[in-house]
Amino acid sequence: MNGGQDLGGMMGFGPVEPEPDEPTFHADWERRVFGLAIGLGASRAWNLDMSRHAREGIDPADYLSSTYYEIWTAGLERLLLDAGLVTADELAEGKALVQPVPVAGVLEAENVPAAMARGSSTERTVPDPARFAVGDDVRTRVMHPTGHTRLPRYARGKLGVIERLNGAHVLPDTNAHGQGENPEWLYTVRFTGSELWGQDSDPSLVVSIDAWESYLEPA
Amino acid sequence: MDEAAGSHEDHSELSEIELRVRALESILVEKGYVQSAAIDALADTYEAKIGPRNGAQVVARAWSDPAFREWLLSDANAAIGSLGFSGRQSEHMIAVENTPEEHHLIVCTLCSCYPWAVLGLPPVWYKSAPYRSRAVMDPRGVLEDFGVHLPATTSIRVWDSTAEVRYMVIPKRPDGTDGWDEQQLAELVTRDSIIGTGEALKPDRAGAEAVAP
Repeated sequence: MNGGQDLGGMMGFGPVEPEPDEPTFHADWERRVFGLAIGLGASRAWNLDMSRHAREGIDPADYLSSTYYEIWTAGLERLLLDAGLVTADELAEGKALVQPVPVAGVLEAENVPAAMARGSSTERTVPDPARFAVGDDVRTRVMHPTGHTRLPRYARGKLGVIERLNGAHVLPDTNAHGQGENPEWLYTVRFTGSELWGQDSDPSLVVSIDAWESYLEPA
Repeated sequence: MDEAAGSHEDHSELSEIELRVRALESILVEKGYVQSAAIDALADTYEAKIGPRNGAQVVARAWSDPAFREWLLSDANAAIGSLGFSGRQSEHMIAVENTPEEHHLIVCTLCSCYPWAVLGLPPVWYKSAPYRSRAVMDPRGVLEDFGVHLPATTSIRVWDSTAEVRYMVIPKRPDGTDGWDEQQLAELVTRDSIIGTGEALKPDRAGAEAVAP
């Protein structure tokens, strides 16, 4: 969706301001909500793509004026409500009011190192061979889905070249909506700066995105 | 207004979010969906155990060992995994190498994708609108914000992490480090140099910006 998260090419935010000796978290509540959001993954009540979609569904004005972990907090509340793990009354009251629903798992503290080390691969096998080969010219589709996608607006309808084939991966566009993993070949596609930004672009600039096969057409 | 009340007022927004997160944790713990000890363990993992030191070791090995460098560039997952670094948000790694001719920069314009197993959690600026909006359009300007002045003869290559592939940059090895061992070299490798928003430290600045664990 064309939400507040799709920032590539926007202007007016001012300079990047690195913070010297930045701590991992800036407040205890950030530690807590980070742990909550990651820990609740064990419930399998949602997947990675659903969690991204929950965050990008925040009103753009709120998204752009919130800190990163404020966005995580709002996204987590949305996921918990949608999955039926908590009720709106519980969030309003700040306490449990109804019986819990069954979940697939609960992360134990002693299992944290193993769970983090294991990760969660999105690579899958697909029966069909890749449609495109390294060096092929492709054009990204023009599309504006109201649901989740990982094709940023600045790279839609653009002429690019396949740079790498990265295996087949879960398709976020369906997985975010509980419509299945539908794995597709994933490509690194590179574009010239002038293709993306016009003739005033830095002539030496090349930008790539990682694009699922259905984002691409032959060119 | 006394000083204590004044400072509270300054943090009124923080207090609101603090209460909200506290309520959330208490509901979720009470309902048995999560354990507070697991939350501590998760936060502690990225505060104390997994951070840019990992990436610095990968780079130092690549600078020291040509066979490892080749391996890292051709199969980053295996090469990085051989040093014990793998896992969440680093399941599909690709390493790219800065040269005098080409400078690489990593961004995630859509959210905050970042190689956790190699660098830990991303800094605030990496997740912020100024960086995410400009890195793909005006990367030279972004580098200027970091005090990096790229020569006009160096082309620029930006990798927008829009899928689950995660990128790391092998910065240029600084001159004057012949004969340095891996541990000494790792001291020169900053977090920002592995994202591409910085360069490795000069030999006389070793330890001046020691990266967090």
